[in-house]
Amino acid sequence: MQPKQAFTPVAEEAGSSTGALVLAWLFVGIPLAWGVSQTFIKALALFK
Amino acid sequence: MAETTSLLDRARTIAPPGYNRWLVPPAALAIHLAIGQAYAFSVFKKPLGALLSLDVNKPSPGDWTASQIGWTFSIAIVLLGLSAAVFGKWLERVGPRKAMLASALCFAGGFFIGSLGVHLRSLPLFYFGYGFVGGIGLGIGYISPVSTLIKWFPDRKGVATGMAIMGFGGGAMIGSPLAVGLMAHFKTPTDLGVAPTLLVMGLIYFLFMQFGIWSIRVPADDWQPAGYVPSKEHSALITSGNVSADNAIKTPQFWLLWTVLLCNVTAGIGVLETASPLIQETFSDGVLGTGKGVTAAAAAGFVGLLSLFNLLGRFFWSSASDKLGRKVTYAIYFGLGILLYALIPTLGHGAQLTLFVVVACVILSMYGGGFATIPAYLSDLFGKYQVGAIHGRLLTAWSTAGVLGPFIVNALSESRKHEGLKGADAYQTVFYTMAALLVVGLAANLAVRPVREEFYEKGPVTAEAGGH
Repeated sequence: MQPKQAFTPVAEEAGSSTGALVLAWLFVGIPLAWGVSQTFIKALALFK
Repeated sequence: MAETTSLLDRARTIAPPGYNRWLVPPAALAIHLAIGQAYAFSVFKKPLGALLSLDVNKPSPGDWTASQIGWTFSIAIVLLGLSAAVFGKWLERVGPRKAMLASALCFAGGFFIGSLGVHLRSLPLFYFGYGFVGGIGLGIGYISPVSTLIKWFPDRKGVATGMAIMGFGGGAMIGSPLAVGLMAHFKTPTDLGVAPTLLVMGLIYFLFMQFGIWSIRVPADDWQPAGYVPSKEHSALITSGNVSADNAIKTPQFWLLWTVLLCNVTAGIGVLETASPLIQETFSDGVLGTGKGVTAAAAAGFVGLLSLFNLLGRFFWSSASDKLGRKVTYAIYFGLGILLYALIPTLGHGAQLTLFVVVACVILSMYGGGFATIPAYLSDLFGKYQVGAIHGRLLTAWSTAGVLGPFIVNALSESRKHEGLKGADAYQTVFYTMAALLVVGLAANLAVRPVREEFYEKGPVTAEAGGH
């Protein structure tokens, strides 16, 4: 049986950069922040 | 085709040396932020109930009723639990990428079929699409990143799963304004725009989930965080063995945690279900004075605030459980919960609006925390071998609570209202019942002991069998 690492494509060997990390978090963070801000704006009605 | 299939294989998702594990939570969030849309289903209720009349305030006799539409969400939640239970072991075997793709296909497919159901005015087709097929997507998607995250973060299991499951709470916050905006865009004098909205949302979510599918990685067999030394703290309940999903359900610990989740979710749904009418009826003009009562818009704001605390609690409490230990954290949920649920009617009677809002927010934070902490609790007790599959089976408690919670709340509050009670009095029994339910949850949590070694897997566990 081949070791599992032998299946790993070359591109995946490159590792991850800080840039990729920032982009990945922005990709999910921006929609989440938008959703939270929309909800927060709605919640402000309670305090008016 | 063979190449496409191999790209989905577990072996192709093994991370290379030096891979940054903080890239994994965004992949998990991409799935949970999408499927969390399920909790925003209520934005479709009024438009779906006026497909013929085209006036959300004046449905025609041929329109779908609120009760008929409500069943769609119930079907989806029941299917969430069932599919998580049924497909959990398959997920452990094939890995997260294939499972996430299956989830995306089912979840988006549910929107597409649901859209056709709305277009054809076919309620059974809508149930089948959004409820049945979409519900399967919810279940597979919900559990798909959990065991992977636990394997990447053995030192911060609560933080990792809390981040992902926080996404499920956040999904509703994105899905709700997105749906409202799209329906406004597609609305015409002869159509409310529900069908095209569902179609576009299905497409958006399918594309969004691709990020998670193609960026998810599992750690190599021998991988451990740099400098990681398993903590000796709270070690009594943290197993060094591995229990299979089939063996886990034979242990009392599984059923105790099932009861824990059932009680926590049922009680939380009690607040969520009643939030809007509760605050309007308890703090009406009659109680606070003319013009000072809580309006419908303010009540919607209250519901939004609860959603925010539901989201924040998922991350806060789950992360705190890494320090406090899972058993102590659930003891806080239940112990503090009992006091706060019992306090709600008193605050209503005393017209203490600010305190009432604060207490409700803390309750909802613990409701969210209960969801987010359970995977780490399971991993502590049963090991990481098939924790995704065990988590899937435990989610049947959520399905049960999804039916039980609204039933208890509606039955008790309606019967009180028929007796002529109003405001805080109408909901008093609901909250005392929920507090009693939390006593059961607390007892179940306190009864949790380490799993006996006879349930452990003998010998090394393999990835093909659902292990690391």
